[in-house]
Amino acid sequence: MSTYIARRLIYMFITLVGISIISWVIITQAPGSPIALTMDPKVSPKIIAQMEKNYDLDKPIYQQYFLWLERLFTGKLYSFKDGRPVMRKIAERIWNTLLLNVVSILIIFSLAIPLGIFSARKRYTFLDHLGTFGAYVGISIPSFWLAYLLILATVKLFGYPVLGMRTFVEEGFTTVDIVMDHLWHLMLPSIILAIGGIAALSRYTRSSMLEVIRQDYIRTAKAKGLPEETVYYKHALRNALLPVITLFGFIVPGLIGGSIIIETVFAWPGIGRLAYQAVLARDYPVVMTVLTISAVLTLIGNFVADVLYGVADPRIRYG
Amino acid sequence: MRQDLQKNPLLEIRDLTIHFFTEEGVVRAVENVSFEIYPGEILGLVGESGCGKTVTGLSLLRLIPIPPGRVVNGDILFDGRSLLNLEEKEMEKVRGNDIAMIFQEPMTSLNPVFTIGDQIMEAIILHQRLDKTEAKKKAIEMLHRVKISSPEKRMDSYPHQLSGGMRQRAMIAMALSCQPKLLVADEPTTALDVTIQAQILHLIKEIQGEMGMSVILITHDLGVISEIADRVAVMYAGRIFEYGPIEAIFTRMRNPYTYGLMRSIPQLTETRGRLYAIPGQVPDPMHLPVGCKFHPRCHMMIEDCKKGEPMFQVNGDQFSRCIRWKECC
Amino acid sequence: MVKDDCGLRYPQMMESQLKVFWRYFKRNRLAIFGLIVIAVLFLIAGLAAFLAPYDPGQTNVALKLNRPSPHHYLGTDQLGRDVFSRMLYGSRISLSVGFVAVAISIFIGILVGAVAGYYGGWTDNILMRFVDTMLCFPTFFLILTVVALLGPGIFKIMVVIGITSWMGTSRFVRAEFLSLRERDFTQAAKALGVKDLRIIFRHILPNALAPVFVTATLDVATAILVEAGLSFLGFGVQPPAPSWGNILTEGRTYIFDAWWLTVFPGLAILMTVLSFNLLGEGLRDAIDPRLRGRR
Repeated sequence: MSTYIARRLIYMFITLVGISIISWVIITQAPGSPIALTMDPKVSPKIIAQMEKNYDLDKPIYQQYFLWLERLFTGKLYSFKDGRPVMRKIAERIWNTLLLNVVSILIIFSLAIPLGIFSARKRYTFLDHLGTFGAYVGISIPSFWLAYLLILATVKLFGYPVLGMRTFVEEGFTTVDIVMDHLWHLMLPSIILAIGGIAALSRYTRSSMLEVIRQDYIRTAKAKGLPEETVYYKHALRNALLPVITLFGFIVPGLIGGSIIIETVFAWPGIGRLAYQAVLARDYPVVMTVLTISAVLTLIGNFVADVLYGVADPRIRYG
Repeated sequence: MRQDLQKNPLLEIRDLTIHFFTEEGVVRAVENVSFEIYPGEILGLVGESGCGKTVTGLSLLRLIPIPPGRVVNGDILFDGRSLLNLEEKEMEKVRGNDIAMIFQEPMTSLNPVFTIGDQIMEAIILHQRLDKTEAKKKAIEMLHRVKISSPEKRMDSYPHQLSGGMRQRAMIAMALSCQPKLLVADEPTTALDVTIQAQILHLIKEIQGEMGMSVILITHDLGVISEIADRVAVMYAGRIFEYGPIEAIFTRMRNPYTYGLMRSIPQLTETRGRLYAIPGQVPDPMHLPVGCKFHPRCHMMIEDCKKGEPMFQVNGDQFSRCIRWKECC
Repeated sequence: MVKDDCGLRYPQMMESQLKVFWRYFKRNRLAIFGLIVIAVLFLIAGLAAFLAPYDPGQTNVALKLNRPSPHHYLGTDQLGRDVFSRMLYGSRISLSVGFVAVAISIFIGILVGAVAGYYGGWTDNILMRFVDTMLCFPTFFLILTVVALLGPGIFKIMVVIGITSWMGTSRFVRAEFLSLRERDFTQAAKALGVKDLRIIFRHILPNALAPVFVTATLDVATAILVEAGLSFLGFGVQPPAPSWGNILTEGRTYIFDAWWLTVFPGLAILMTVLSFNLLGEGLRDAIDPRLRGRR
């Protein structure tokens, strides 16, 4: 197990270096990148000065990379827009995004796994086919479009605002009202963010279950006289969920990417919206930092998934 | 031998017919199979792969996947009551408790994510209503009984940490933990090394003697049967071709298929000549020949073989599905 | 079996295999549905000029935001343009973005996967670490950033989607190569001194193509969704060119007054993406023998 983790850590470090290099190459070397802009006479000297400060353009190119890396980790990259440290801007908003994403992940796992098991048990029935079709719709639907339809529907039905993290607190709001108001505002965006994940994960759980129940050891479990429920929920599920764990690592980048659209639609003050505003304002230090941080978060997600897998599967633990 | 024990069979299979209804067509896996097992005897069920012997074995525990499988006809009587008519809940009490089964692949037949101990104790707790400590004691005793060294330690092992032979021993311990009256052993030694095969066979025979249970030994290997079985049923294309006491089948066989199987056993004493193989191939179960299902491969085939496939009583307890049984072999 | 010029026989998708494939595929009604929708879409895209009752760019402020009617099947937009005509032309953009982007991604994916899987060792290690790294970036955000840097434009979008979504393909092409290069026919070809590239193209690639085809179909769906998302954020195909994404995006300002501007393009995107997903999954099930009979 420890050599396994050590090997994973080494891979992770290599990937981390790769992430930083790719981020840096995009920001400095891509055509149309901000660094290329410094050659453009139309760009104001003020911005060029900012860039030189941010990217050490007077230094040789390999030093630029390391200095950028140092700035990135020590929080010495500054926003073009307001000159504030990028890390601080991100720190203010990252919790909102994490809240949204964690709630979405909870929704995904708590709905998708039971749905997948249900479909597997009722395989080839009408309900299973309906689930299959629903899942395909779920992965095919443009999230912003669904968001608009749902916003339209809730506002028309309940006449209560859904945008932002909360309603501007009105007179006479009790604590309960405020909490309910927060939950209300959290509900729609987290559900929409979760839809693709629910669809994908429930299908995955279903096919994983169907794969597992064909295995010899399931027949052995039945031959012992175990009730069908025990066979499914003890012997099959544990094995079927093993590969599902690794999916955790795949869901994270999808959620972060999805956050950009969802936070923009719902005016949710998280890093997704921050990143989009930064893209619009060509505030590259912010964009690149968010990009790098999301990649690192994904990397951590993958690592956690791998370790969990190692813990859950005895064959890896001792192998 | 069995007549001394008891007259009433433990298990009676009557005209069992099992079909699989697949997209490609109907697979007639088992057709009018009848046999019985008496308490304390070992019945060998032998035939080439695809002859329906495994399906027959699984049907005793009602483990045939339905659909696509279906018992079209016949009945299975265990201790006088029909297993096919039992409620699922009642059947669960039979499985693992009255009838236990071990399988061909010890590598894949144990659940990889639970320890050996967990998997053995599960059946004990379920059927004997023991608490965890007692069940554990019992499980260790069973591991000891199947001659697994340091059983206490092995309780906490996962299947992948054991060798194939050890796993099959663990499977046997699991199957026998509730003292079943009948053990269905489906090719229990096929996946194992030759030296281990003999050990496992002797283990089964030994425990069978101690516990006095009955065993159905399913195998393609007549050599295995000859070592431990009391009676033999030879299956081909879903039918029983010959059925009788072991001495009769091995010395006075009355069916050309049995003869062919017998000739294809490698003999240590044979120093020259090529190993015999029955010509042709096992027929496609969806397109079986008319009449006797073996006639296209049979060296004794005559025109009448295409007309029907009657079963003949050779003598008191030997039967053969061959119209030329008198001339054979 | 096709005879190779060096005298080796190598497996190809034989007629009987195609028949088996078709038998399983045609049973999958959802996939057939997807195939039909896609075929109709291609017809629409090809015949848009004949089918469209109006010029998609022709504005007429007097007719702005008209409800769907016999004159304007799907109503008109804020500039009085006929939404139905614009949607017909929009299908060209969605389909071409999907196909060109996927062609690029498949090309890179096969190249990287084939090189990694065939040569193995360090080449494989380095390439796979690169793939791992690329997979860590949230694809949509990466695409948005690069498109923002490059400036919007339909070809830039195709290229950027292509160069950011090849990793999945490369992974399984590699896996396919790893297993195929150990097989007898590859080994035999190698022993006979057939050149590497020739082995790759004549012996291994044909075997790896079926799953590539499946991924490509699924990736078209993703690419169309990504284009729609980019349009929504203002970085997609730019107006006045009609794409489903930008009809929808422009229409959202009028969501409470002109629902048809939001609903129809969204439905079109959903149907198209859904059809490609259904077709792709259907192909996968029919190609992969392990999945047969499990649906």
